[in-house]
Amino acid sequence: MGVALTRSMQWSAAGHGTRTLEVTPLNEAILTEIVMFVESFIYKHPQEAKYVFVEPLEWKTNLDPSAFGSGYIVSETTVNSEDVDKNGQPLLFLSVPQIKIRSFGQLSRFLFIAKSTKLKEAQACIEANRNPVAKILGLDYKVIDEISEDSSVLSILDKITKDDDPASETKMKIAMLLKQLDLHLLNHTLKHISLEIRLNPGTFKNDIELLKRFSGKGKQTVLEFIDYTSDYEFSNGCRAPPWRQLRGEICYVLVKPHDAEILCVTCSKEGVFLNGGKTDDEEEVNYERTGEIYKDLVTLLREKSAIFSENMSKQKVRVNEGQQKEKDQPDETPRKREDATLRKASTASHRSALESSRINLGKKQMTKRLEPSLNWKSTVDAKGKRSSVRDTQGGKHGGRLEKPRPSILPGIAQFRKSVQKVEDIISDSASESEEDEEPSERRKEANADLPSEYWQIQKLVKYLKRGNQTATVIALCSMKDFKLAQETCQLAIRNVGGLEVLINLLETDEVKCQIGSLQILKEISHNPQIRRNIVELGGLPVMVNILDSPFKCLKCLAAETIANVAKFRRARRAVRRHGGITKLVALLDHEQNATEPAYSSLYETEDVELARCGALALWSCSKSNGNKEAIRKTGGIHLLAQLLKTSHENMLIPVVGTLQECASEENCRAAIKAERIIENLVKNLNSENEQLQEHCAMAIYQCAEDEETRHLMRQHGGLKPLASLLSETDNKERLAAVTGAIWKCSISKENTTKFRKYKAIETLVGLLTDQPEEVLVNVVGALGECCQEQENRVIIRKCGGIQPLVKLLVGTNQALLVNVTKAVGACAVEPESMMIIDSLDGVRLLWSLLKNPHPEVKASAAWALCPCIQNAKDAGEMVRSFIGGLELVVSLLKSDNKEVLASVCAAITNIAKDQENLAIITDYGVVPLLSKIANTTNDKLRQHLAEAISRCCMWGRNREAFGEHRAVGLLVRYLKSNDTNVHRTTAQALYQLSEDADNCITMHENGAVKLLLDMIGSSDHDLQEAAAGCISNIRRKGACSHEMNSTSVLLYHEPPHTPLEPAVQQKHKTSHCLI
Amino acid sequence: MNRKKLQKLTDSLTKNSKHSPGPSFYVLPLNLPTPGTSFNKSEVKCLISLFYNLVGDVTERQGVVIGLDRNAFRNILHVTFGMTDDMTMDRVFRGFDKDNDGCVSVTEWVCGLSVFLRGTLEEKMKYCFEVFDLNGDGFISKEEMFHMLKNSLLKQPSEEDPDEGVKDLVEITLKKMDRDHDGKLSVADYEQAVREETLLLEAFGPCLPDPKSQMEFEAQVFKDPHEFSEM
Repeated sequence: MGVALTRSMQWSAAGHGTRTLEVTPLNEAILTEIVMFVESFIYKHPQEAKYVFVEPLEWKTNLDPSAFGSGYIVSETTVNSEDVDKNGQPLLFLSVPQIKIRSFGQLSRFLFIAKSTKLKEAQACIEANRNPVAKILGLDYKVIDEISEDSSVLSILDKITKDDDPASETKMKIAMLLKQLDLHLLNHTLKHISLEIRLNPGTFKNDIELLKRFSGKGKQTVLEFIDYTSDYEFSNGCRAPPWRQLRGEICYVLVKPHDAEILCVTCSKEGVFLNGGKTDDEEEVNYERTGEIYKDLVTLLREKSAIFSENMSKQKVRVNEGQQKEKDQPDETPRKREDATLRKASTASHRSALESSRINLGKKQMTKRLEPSLNWKSTVDAKGKRSSVRDTQGGKHGGRLEKPRPSILPGIAQFRKSVQKVEDIISDSASESEEDEEPSERRKEANADLPSEYWQIQKLVKYLKRGNQTATVIALCSMKDFKLAQETCQLAIRNVGGLEVLINLLETDEVKCQIGSLQILKEISHNPQIRRNIVELGGLPVMVNILDSPFKCLKCLAAETIANVAKFRRARRAVRRHGGITKLVALLDHEQNATEPAYSSLYETEDVELARCGALALWSCSKSNGNKEAIRKTGGIHLLAQLLKTSHENMLIPVVGTLQECASEENCRAAIKAERIIENLVKNLNSENEQLQEHCAMAIYQCAEDEETRHLMRQHGGLKPLASLLSETDNKERLAAVTGAIWKCSISKENTTKFRKYKAIETLVGLLTDQPEEVLVNVVGALGECCQEQENRVIIRKCGGIQPLVKLLVGTNQALLVNVTKAVGACAVEPESMMIIDSLDGVRLLWSLLKNPHPEVKASAAWALCPCIQNAKDAGEMVRSFIGGLELVVSLLKSDNKEVLASVCAAITNIAKDQENLAIITDYGVVPLLSKIANTTNDKLRQHLAEAISRCCMWGRNREAFGEHRAVGLLVRYLKSNDTNVHRTTAQALYQLSEDADNCITMHENGAVKLLLDMIGSSDHDLQEAAAGCISNIRRKGACSHEMNSTSVLLYHEPPHTPLEPAVQQKHKTSHCLI
Repeated sequence: MNRKKLQKLTDSLTKNSKHSPGPSFYVLPLNLPTPGTSFNKSEVKCLISLFYNLVGDVTERQGVVIGLDRNAFRNILHVTFGMTDDMTMDRVFRGFDKDNDGCVSVTEWVCGLSVFLRGTLEEKMKYCFEVFDLNGDGFISKEEMFHMLKNSLLKQPSEEDPDEGVKDLVEITLKKMDRDHDGKLSVADYEQAVREETLLLEAFGPCLPDPKSQMEFEAQVFKDPHEFSEM
């Protein structure tokens, strides 16, 4: 027992306190065994049951004294057994919650009483008594456990035979019994462990990759998504941090099934279980186990998601179709068999068997991917069947089947033969189902399980390597007949070393070989892995060189292949480094292409095709910023603009696509504007091709950041097609692009007027519901811009647009929230709309967005609040009704984001219009906070800050307080800004502050008078008035304080002031006259 | 050869020629339906002068056909167009030598080169098929294929049956091109396969100039008609 307890049971590694047992299936099994042993002890060994332990087993129990019945003396908190030892001590003594038991008899009874909780009690007992054997038999026997098993029994016997005490005889018997139990437990755990295949990173990786392939949107997939929590993979294949790897944890996975919440799953060597989850704001995963342990990911997911299990079995049923002999669980059975074989096999064969099972997994997915193809489908299906038969068969026929013989014989006859052969095997298998087999045979099978294409391709690659030009061309042509779009073939070509040969062929002078090779590379480079391999093998420079070839056909193919390969950053950079961009741009040059002499008519293609391929490659490349710049520098934008004038739809898509990518760069946008591309984009918006429309709209979206472009859009009549595309909502990508274009275009007032004319605003409001977020962001952005106009606001209100807008305030998408708050804020300018917003509780929603972690959202929400507070009825009361709202606003003044600060200042200005609220925010310390941020050069912030300060001056001692917090001197500096808005609000703030004499002195000291004098000359009446009032205050109060303090600080301090005085008074008068 | 004759010959061989070919010195082969070639006048001139240049100073005698014999022609194919395979070169010679008189006359030279260099796909397919159809029975049989492909694979000493790869290659080709599954390639089979996959035009060995040497040849020959005479 001791050995089993110490070695087999899984103790939690918690560092402090008593160690506890982990809840694992293994521990549970051991505990059950122990409980069974103890329970039956009283019947099986009545003599030994009376034996009194040397030391009592003592632990904390949850059992209530009332549970004990006859045979016990029960009081409220204690229980004594009626059985007593020689000294009259009770064998069971319970004093809540401690329990002491001193015999097996009592232990048995106790477990009976415990009933459903006996497992827990047993666990508590074992946790509290780490070495029960020692307590039962005495310290002498404790050592036994340390001695090897064989000798220990003997030593006990030795010990016992020495004394002939009858007590020691029972003791010996018990010792033997315990020893037996220990052995039994060890065997049991061994069985248990062998049942579980220890999982390794490889298996998980495979499973996760496989599941990933089957994940995605839509009902057919098994999961919505599955992903690792961490991108970093250690060299041993684990992704868990090292200190967790110590516990056998391998990686953590986030899984979103169709019908459940996101699950955070720990994959460890012992199995798979749910952990505490990963929270958004924390990087760390909560590692604590929260669920049961499953043997693998699939089993766990089956348990958690019904849709997963359903769709998963669909995938598998497809593979197993056509098997007559199948049982209820078509996929579980082979697994079990495999487990069974695993147990038998040696460690070496373990690995190979695992591998073969992995290949089977892969095959399931292969067969799924295989579309009906001309030549190979039937054979592959047959292979699928064959291999699944072999799974259930346990590979007994492995030897007979051998490798699938590479067959090149054409025609149906041979194919029929192979089907027949397979059928034979199936009927064979129905009669025999033995699972005895040799592990070595299995290993062979790992190879045999490869699809037939693999062997065929391997052979062709051999001919490619060994053949002369003629043989090479034949092999290339034959290879092209494979379904190169299928991953099976793509990977087969790579795995047999075909990529090297193909790339090698590109470097030869043989045009035909180059063409054939490129045709294949073009197809297989749709696969991301192959792309990377091509780049690693140095394929890109070779292809870039081919772009110089005199044969247009070759150029086209090379460009198309580059277009496929350059889908990732390193490849794009390689294209640029090898001068590919210049060459690709040259392909776009229509006129130059036409002048080039045509050599061999067989390898010619049209110049349009050449330009199309060039544009395609540039499109891929233009996703990198460096390439955008390179395209622009080599005059690509100009050539693209030329091509845009043509009407070949096939070519227009990559051309517009490239332009759209380039348009994200400032310089490129300028070039695009200079090339007058907008006109042609508008023309193509009217095309029939949805993809073309989408890319045009995207390009406009990018370009319309620019004022001039927006005007061009209007002038070329581009707004109408945009508005009409809005009504076609089926193609979401296009809709997103179109709404994006409308959003950016509507930044110009004139454009919104146009949109109103085209009834676009009504349509936009209609799009506020049931659209994906990408569309919503743009729609709301567009509405926000439109709302800047009174008439549009009315339209939105009348179409019922405010309700959906307010509803969107509860979303989580940052970009969307920024736009929604802006739109709601714009609507709130209108009192009638404001009423609706208020009735929908929109202000509260806006207010709670102030807590959003993204500063942009915060700022936008704060801006939106300003018109709300302005236009709401009983605004003061409303604001106060938000519990903690004012405190929140004031605390936002601690932000370090200028935009947030400016917006919050604006909000405070509005809040402070209500005296009571002003009092509250003053209590929250608004004055020191405002003073603290006063030291800024940001004009927007200055403007709103000054306004907020002037509002806040209206309460109590705030004027003096601002002075004490040194805000006054800083404010005076604002007058040196170039922004008149800043001047006005600052002058007003100073005017308010100048009611306090000390502030007047500070102002004067900081040279405010001269600056204010200049302001009086301004044409802005408010500014004039405030400046004049301020100067007047400085004169009066300052002089007054001067007299009081007898300090010569004021006007006479500086000589230049004296001659100015009459002027001041005069201007002062005039400004007062003006009012 | 006098100037007048030369003029007439040139005209008759020129593209879109309005003159019908004079029967006295130009017998139109029956299997070449279009009179004239794909060359323009100066190109024809260049080729004719190249021809006489290659033939050398053989005085024109009545009854003796002036032309390039097999060896001379093969030499040209080898040096100028980089062809190496003996059998293919023989077949190309036969392709040029329409009247089967053992030498390529000036007309056959120009007409042959017309297909050779500038032929349309149709012309080239016809030409190539003739080259590949070794026994001229209108079919390319397995044996013929094997014969033509037998040197196309690098022999590996370790292999038991050195011909297995070639046999396999023949099977691959048949599978790809034999549309009616009769185990041999008819003209129809061949043409259909080539139309789908131009690369298969020279499926059984290069019998057309490779684009590169063609470019060089054209550049050299058509650049200056007098250059060759000086050589």
